[in-house]
Amino acid sequence: MTKTEFWQGNIACAEGALAAGCRFFGGYPITPSTEIAEHMAVKLPKKNGVFIQMEDEIGSIAAVIGAAWTGARAMTATSGPGFSLMMENIGYAAMTETPCVIVNIQRGGPSTGQPTMGAQGDMMQCRFGSHGDYSIIALCPSSVQEMYELTARAFDLADQYRVPVFLMADEIIGHMREKILVPDSVPHKARRALVKGTLPFKAGADLVPGFPQFGSGYGVHVTGLTHDERGYPCATNPKLHEALVHRLVDKVEAARDRIADYDIINPDAQQVFIAYGAPVRTVQQLLHDRADDEVGLLQLRTVWPFPEKALYAFKNVERYLVPELNMGQIAREIERHATVPVQSLPKLGGELHTPRELAAALEAGR
Amino acid sequence: MSYEDWFRKDRLPHIFCAGCGNGTIINCTLAAIEQMNWKKEETVFVSGIGCSSRASGYIITDSLHTTHGRAIAFATGVKMANPNLNVVVFTGDGDLAAIGGNHFIHACRRNIDLTVICMNNQIYGMTGGQGSPTTPKGCLSSTTPYGCVESPFDLSELAIAAGANYVSRWTSYQVKELERAIKIGFETPGFSFIEAMVQCPTAFGRRNKFKQVADQIDYLRTHSLLKAKYDRLIEAGKPVPEDQFIVGELCRRQRPVMGAKP
Repeated sequence: MTKTEFWQGNIACAEGALAAGCRFFGGYPITPSTEIAEHMAVKLPKKNGVFIQMEDEIGSIAAVIGAAWTGARAMTATSGPGFSLMMENIGYAAMTETPCVIVNIQRGGPSTGQPTMGAQGDMMQCRFGSHGDYSIIALCPSSVQEMYELTARAFDLADQYRVPVFLMADEIIGHMREKILVPDSVPHKARRALVKGTLPFKAGADLVPGFPQFGSGYGVHVTGLTHDERGYPCATNPKLHEALVHRLVDKVEAARDRIADYDIINPDAQQVFIAYGAPVRTVQQLLHDRADDEVGLLQLRTVWPFPEKALYAFKNVERYLVPELNMGQIAREIERHATVPVQSLPKLGGELHTPRELAAALEAGR
Repeated sequence: MSYEDWFRKDRLPHIFCAGCGNGTIINCTLAAIEQMNWKKEETVFVSGIGCSSRASGYIITDSLHTTHGRAIAFATGVKMANPNLNVVVFTGDGDLAAIGGNHFIHACRRNIDLTVICMNNQIYGMTGGQGSPTTPKGCLSSTTPYGCVESPFDLSELAIAAGANYVSRWTSYQVKELERAIKIGFETPGFSFIEAMVQCPTAFGRRNKFKQVADQIDYLRTHSLLKAKYDRLIEAGKPVPEDQFIVGELCRRQRPVMGAKP
């Protein structure tokens, strides 16, 4: 059974989190993400959950990580300036393999920029924003429906791979209202517990150790320092550090096919758009308006780890066109994998590309 | 229980310098826990970055050694998500009062049910002796080579002003008083702040004319002004010696709390 609602994207995000069992939200008000915090402040206390408004975004992500270690599904939501503040502790979450969900309703940057306008300028920051090498997972919704579904999936991925998972939405999708089908319940996979008596940071074949929840008698020491399989600091052993960082990266990168989530339209096309988030909607409109099926679309719901095998679907492709609300952040990543020219179609300022602009780009390159 | 069972013995030897006061504070903390009869699986230690913050790793319970200045914010998440846990924060003057100052005052304001034990050595020890927000005026450090010109924070006064339910200050010399204060901190619902003045022979004492470890401990002892004595001086309208700091129970009250055990 499903029910039909007419929701704002940010509300769908909060509801998706609640349906996935999120019971802790730590946040700080920031446009254009604030509706998520406000909705969680209303709903969490009624579900025996915790909502806490922290003193800043640094404290928000810290509290989320602390809550996650008690076993809670925990999340925060923010936008550019708050996202920048969170970076150090995001690296801590990656290093300590803390499952948590971070929602970024992207707005125009740099700095305070355009608080009420949409953008996709934080796509590289979410991948590489904290210092050192690590890997994360980033999902990009392009509809209110996907705000709900991808937020719910983010919690499963966070628990399964023990990484911070990012919902990289934008102001346009966050503040858009449209029809959504809400299921009665969302199935979710429980976090795999550490087998008692085994080392807390020793991983098996999937490279992900079991989770030693605080308060369960594991007596685990969790540190952001380079640590051995016991979790003990071991910061000057070069081989140990190299092995640890490789595992943190490999556990995500080796699973990229399982994490990958994308849609392919018109795989025989020669001209193929690749889009994620709000620009998907413009491409869909363009395809809808054309009588033929000569233009393809690869819609990415997973952007990190980048699902490069999706490109193999387009056997006849001659050119990829990549409309983004930034200066070509993911176009550059696509160039690393593509064997044909990649044309970046950047747009800044907060407005979407128009179908006409994309049609002109198609014609210009022929 | 014996508190010696609470040490994570396979982590030894510890990183603290010979003569460091931090071990004394850890001992007092565990002795207070022994009196409380807490269970290991119900207790979590959280710490930030610095010498004092390494303490969490030498105790056998669940522990979270976090980022610089953020221990209280992490601890807030732990405690709010599972109020049944006893959550204790180890921190230092730089971690708590410089980079972590905002989290400190807001946790006091919320009066969240944590016990925060600050090992105040008045210096950044781990990075080699830079001036901290509690380095006294005139004292030498590697970043105050001509004497510190800034005024120091009084951390306990800060905690009281910000709303903590329980505040005590003692030194590494007054171990029985400190142990008792920590126990009262554990017993008091809400935010409890214990400021433990400690010697740092390597980074502070060496530069500030404390040739022996005992010299600095003796300085802490002789410059401690008991709260009761301080109150008598004030009452009599007599001057309070400027180079002394007040020790004792500085605040105990029952403001509304967050995150207390159900």
